[in-house]
Amino acid sequence: MSAPLPPIVEFREATKRFGEGPLVLDLLNLTVQPGEFVSLLGPSGCGKSTLLRLIAGLTPLTAGSLIVDRRSPDAAAADLAFVFQEPTLLPWLRVTANIELPLALRGIAPAERSAISRRVLDLVRLSEKANAYPRQLSGGQKMRVSIARALALSPKILLLDEPFGALDEMTREHLNEELLTIRERHAWTAFFVTHSVAEAVFLSNRIFIFSANPAHLHTEIPVPFPYPRTAATRLSRPYHDLVADVSRLLRSVEPDTV
Amino acid sequence: MSRRLQTIFLPAATGALVIAAWYAVHALLSEDLRFLLPTPTAVVTAFRTHADSLARAALNTTQGALLGFALAVIVSSFFALALSLSRLVRIGLYPYLMILQMTPVIVFAPILVIWVGAGLKSVTIITFLICFFPLVVNTTQGLVSTDRHLVELFAMWRTSRLQQVLYLRVPAALPYFFTGLRIAATLAPIGALVGDYTAGSSAGDGGGLGFQAIIYSSQAKYAALFATAATTCILGFIFTAGVLSLSWLVLHQWHDSYENTDK
Repeated sequence: MSAPLPPIVEFREATKRFGEGPLVLDLLNLTVQPGEFVSLLGPSGCGKSTLLRLIAGLTPLTAGSLIVDRRSPDAAAADLAFVFQEPTLLPWLRVTANIELPLALRGIAPAERSAISRRVLDLVRLSEKANAYPRQLSGGQKMRVSIARALALSPKILLLDEPFGALDEMTREHLNEELLTIRERHAWTAFFVTHSVAEAVFLSNRIFIFSANPAHLHTEIPVPFPYPRTAATRLSRPYHDLVADVSRLLRSVEPDTV
Repeated sequence: MSRRLQTIFLPAATGALVIAAWYAVHALLSEDLRFLLPTPTAVVTAFRTHADSLARAALNTTQGALLGFALAVIVSSFFALALSLSRLVRIGLYPYLMILQMTPVIVFAPILVIWVGAGLKSVTIITFLICFFPLVVNTTQGLVSTDRHLVELFAMWRTSRLQQVLYLRVPAALPYFFTGLRIAATLAPIGALVGDYTAGSSAGDGGGLGFQAIIYSSQAKYAALFATAATTCILGFIFTAGVLSLSWLVLHQWHDSYENTDK
């Protein structure tokens, strides 16, 4: 058996507070291996989004250490891509130009840019919308463009902050399946923040449940179903049992607010 | 009645009513007072008689209006950039911008005449001063109103400050800029006319519409005065139409202020 790969993200006794405010993260220890798909679940305000922002280097740790791809988060930033809850497309640019903008800002040549944007648009099955403006797209299509734009950067780590939270159930399930299909071909590591237990179980190989005030890692749940997972996975008995278990666990850490 | 017919018929009917009322009032006035309200026919005749001098004056006013307007667009854009980029500049400059806005520009006219002489230069500066404020306020507002999420996206991409301004803040500010531009476009011809009225000159190729108004007024050519007002009005329409077209060209495909035609 070969030696285990070095972790791609490693929090060690990581603590975060904003200014003089309350602790957001308290002595977090968390390790994720390359190629994992992990979901972060927990009550609102438990610091899940802060965790993503820490990995992205958008905000510094207060104490402890965080290694991303054997570097500091800031040094690893070029190998990360962030997908926000909003599609965050620039309304004045057509779909193609939106996808190519971060590439252009990195100084990648036009020919290579258009090859990349064609490839990722094909990946999210939106090639026919290449020349559309964002306002001509549906909510689900906008999100797919947003994901395509993230993938165009060939990230090692994809940070997704409730990307499908604003979409209807059907669209969300479709996009979940699409996301896994894309991952079959591109082995990025995913950090996925969500409020949906079903989504977390369907997508991830591990689920981290956080409790709030201050956030600490409450439980870590492995999801044993093998990839590739399809729509049929959702119909299986073990899937439903796990969703029920996780939901129960999640309810036990939710603060009693009436 | 179809929507389209309505948009033609209703304004036409209003116009006809106003003209009828105009003739009626003229007829009702006693003989010796009728000169105060020349009939539309008399105004049209005055238009024809004074066509040459009105056209020349309109051209001069247009020149002052365009120069002042263009100068205001350029200078206000730089000011707006500086104001949006630095909080210190904003705090330091804003009170004086307010003071400038509160000051009736017309009191500068005599001073300007002393400084740069009567004529085009003075008219241009007065137009500039009148157009400057709505432009700088709207553009600054646009530059600081960039969507927080998009700013975060650019932070994620580790872009330079210059890239953020060029690729995010400036395009995001365009709708605000055009709001300012529309206001300034309606102010520019009036500003030039008022400037010309107080600081105009018949030197060179003659004065503008404001100067022409003074001449007609001193000669008691009231129909010609009405024709001058109408000419200014037409000028304002042309300015506004120009800016609206430009705004349409730049924004209609992506901005929500224009209908989404191919959904």
